[in-house]
Amino acid sequence: MFAKPLDKAALAATSRRTFLKGAGALGGAFVLATQLPLTGKAFAAKPGDPPAPNAFVRITPDNTVTVLIKHIDMGQGVTTGLPTIVAEELDADWGQMRFAFAPANAEVYNNLFFGPVQGTGGSTSTANSWEQLRKAGAAMRSMLVAAAAETWRVPAAAITVEKGVVRHAASGRSATFGELAAKAATMPVPAEVKLKDPREFKLIGTRLPRLDTPDKITGRGTYALDVRRPGQLTAVVAHPPRFGGRVKGIDAGEAKKVPGVIDVVEIPTGVAVVAKDTWSAIRGREALRVTWDFSAAENRSSEAIMAEYKALAAKPGLKAAARGDVGKALAGAAKVLEAEFEFPYLAHAPMEPLNGVIEPTPGGATIWTGSQFQTIEQAVVGSILGLAPEKVAITSTYAGGSFGRRATPNADYLAEAATIARATGMKAPIHLVWTREDDMKAGRYRPMVYHKVRAGLDARGRLVGWEHVIVGKSILAGTPFEGMLVKDGIDATTVEGVADMPYAVPDFLATVHNTKEGVPVLWWRSVGHTHTGHAVETFMDELAHAAGKDAVAFRLDLLAHHPRHVGVLKLAAEKAGWGEALPKGRGRGIAVHESFSSYVAMVADVTVSGGKLKVDRIVAAVDCGLAINPDVVRAQVEGAVGFALSSVLRNRVTLKDGEVQETNFDGFEPTRMSEMPKVEVHILPSAEPPTGIGEPGVPCLAPAIGNAVFAATGKRLRSLPLDLASLSGT
Amino acid sequence: MIKLTINGTARELDVDPDMPLLWAIRDHVQLTGTKFGCGQALCGACTVHLDGQPIRSCQTRVGDVGGGEITTIEGVSGRVAEAVRAAWRELDVVQCGYCQSGQIMSAIGLLSQTPKPTDADIDAAMDGNICRCGTYQRIRAAIHDASRGLG
Ligand code: FES
Ligand code: FES
Repeated sequence: MFAKPLDKAALAATSRRTFLKGAGALGGAFVLATQLPLTGKAFAAKPGDPPAPNAFVRITPDNTVTVLIKHIDMGQGVTTGLPTIVAEELDADWGQMRFAFAPANAEVYNNLFFGPVQGTGGSTSTANSWEQLRKAGAAMRSMLVAAAAETWRVPAAAITVEKGVVRHAASGRSATFGELAAKAATMPVPAEVKLKDPREFKLIGTRLPRLDTPDKITGRGTYALDVRRPGQLTAVVAHPPRFGGRVKGIDAGEAKKVPGVIDVVEIPTGVAVVAKDTWSAIRGREALRVTWDFSAAENRSSEAIMAEYKALAAKPGLKAAARGDVGKALAGAAKVLEAEFEFPYLAHAPMEPLNGVIEPTPGGATIWTGSQFQTIEQAVVGSILGLAPEKVAITSTYAGGSFGRRATPNADYLAEAATIARATGMKAPIHLVWTREDDMKAGRYRPMVYHKVRAGLDARGRLVGWEHVIVGKSILAGTPFEGMLVKDGIDATTVEGVADMPYAVPDFLATVHNTKEGVPVLWWRSVGHTHTGHAVETFMDELAHAAGKDAVAFRLDLLAHHPRHVGVLKLAAEKAGWGEALPKGRGRGIAVHESFSSYVAMVADVTVSGGKLKVDRIVAAVDCGLAINPDVVRAQVEGAVGFALSSVLRNRVTLKDGEVQETNFDGFEPTRMSEMPKVEVHILPSAEPPTGIGEPGVPCLAPAIGNAVFAATGKRLRSLPLDLASLSGT
Repeated sequence: MIKLTINGTARELDVDPDMPLLWAIRDHVQLTGTKFGCGQALCGACTVHLDGQPIRSCQTRVGDVGGGEITTIEGVSGRVAEAVRAAWRELDVVQCGYCQSGQIMSAIGLLSQTPKPTDADIDAAMDGNICRCGTYQRIRAAIHDASRGLG
């Protein structure tokens, strides 16, 4: 999601009212009200607000400490990292720590970087919770100490806390948190708390076992797909095969004869088959005959859309960043290089296909899902069901992956579930299940993008000008976030990573063309950086070669004011043995990129033999500030490599006459075990506040591999996925 | 009525014999640890054991199971299962966790047949199990770890 915390002024200007109005506009066909009602008063916690410890930390007489997690768990480790922050300030024992998902309540559980909205994205979970949970833990600790002081009639200052035990050394008295819990709850919440000096940290920075592991190795953990409510029915939907298609005619006769099928209803997004179990619903859908109206649909093929992008790139675009006079600089350059990059649509393809349950409750409804945008989901589902948002409760489950897909500004799949629940009379809990095919064809892809870059070198091989054109569809235009992140028609998520490129180039121009095709797009793990990082870092490699310089040295010369880029670049190069000679057929490539306020450099080692590419090893160096749990940081970077590798090697979502061609894991095949390179992750020691790590592992992978392929073969592959067929004969 | 033995318990299910075993287990036996990922034998999320052998339950008709013993993630036990779980805990393999039931069932199948697998054995046995979170490096290490634990 967003690479940077939303800017404060923009946040202040975006009241809850205007935000939710935007959410309403987005619901499109689903949202009936022109304006969504508001949740109570427009209060939400702001950075620096005093903590409400009870909202985040619960200590019970059984001596467990439960941390309420306001974020989604989609594998990124929040259910371990956030309790670590609390446990540290509380001086708890790791063994007594538990977690539970917080309910939907934006007044208490808003993401401090999203303003009045509860939600997860932009690798912000740790960063926005850092101070909030430290203060909550410290406040709870001082309430426990106050309770002990009062019970024992000793001064609070003489009391110590260690590993979950509160002690008064002079009198030899001690008590567990559990023993003090009831009394501590009656103590006043301190207005001010003293936080630890990071040098005193005992848990933060160490490897603590994940708290979600036991659930996830026994089959006990509940995902949305596992929710079973009394009387629950399952719905699957026949969606139009082209984006923007509508139902023209339905023959449900055969579908209704399928045993187990209970109802067939037309909804704005297609035709829903409701049945007593999943298999009956799927069979019912197979028996359905639907004809579609494609008059307002996107009927083009990907190539036609890309051709439009290329034509646009030749025209003047919107200025995203400009300094100096790039025309003059390039005209005076000794050498001018030019490159173009094409990027396809990409599906997120989380392992758990999107699904959720809408359960009618007295006077309201409950959503059961791995919820990533709680506030938006409440508003959208509420507007469909005619309920105030606060009457829509959310029970969060584990989410089987997301990679951005569940953070959908119009809550698409939950809106569909709510629409079916309404259309069938709110008689039973409705479990909307998307099959893999539905999930893959539902759109909200990483945008297709075209880059055209020109840059110049002077006679001594120094970079003198850089002109960059980006063409693609805005992710944020038309969403509730538009007011915050789209300025003068420029979507920050389209140009991030180019407009703020770190390399010292005095003459620079980046322009953008926003396209309008009818293919819904969305943030995909690391968002704009998925393409900008690749274009910049591939082109930097080309420039270094053209200048006759080493790829690391060339970059270092241009990064004088970016010490954190330098830090990771040098560390990755050193750990990977940069500069060593390699046998024929092998190659090594490097890339460095900042995203989500974290810095990553990667060195890829590849072998190309018999025209086949094998990625042997990835050495990564990361600077994400203070690493709360270094093992989780390593896991996220290893995972980013596994996740992104298939998009480097083969993944694309292709439209043919408007229809998506890839429907399952055969056409869109994720990385498999045998392809996984060895990944080494080195963490730069840092005392800076923690920043994101869920996404920053992605951007460097493709350019590091592409640059390594060039080193191995002399062939420059620019577009993604890499054109591996062109390696035959190498 | 379809007769099935799941995790040592005999059951009678009133379902169509054509129903994939996956949906019978999840929707009719209410054991939801076995996951749905693709429905096409492409991902391995639905892996269970039939008489100790890993199979894809999304491609197995419930009517074809006959007298075979089905074991799911909830019921799998024994030395190999314990060693695998211990290694998964030790290395904190999981991320979102959604694929992990299938990964663990495939890994137990592999180690039961091949107690000392090579990397090539692991590739062959595990390539059908997709992990979109990319936990492969730890899965591989955990299988080797479990193998050592088995002595
Ligand atoms: S669900 Fe059976 S292999 Fe994917
Ligand atoms: S842990 Fe998420 S798919 Fe494997």
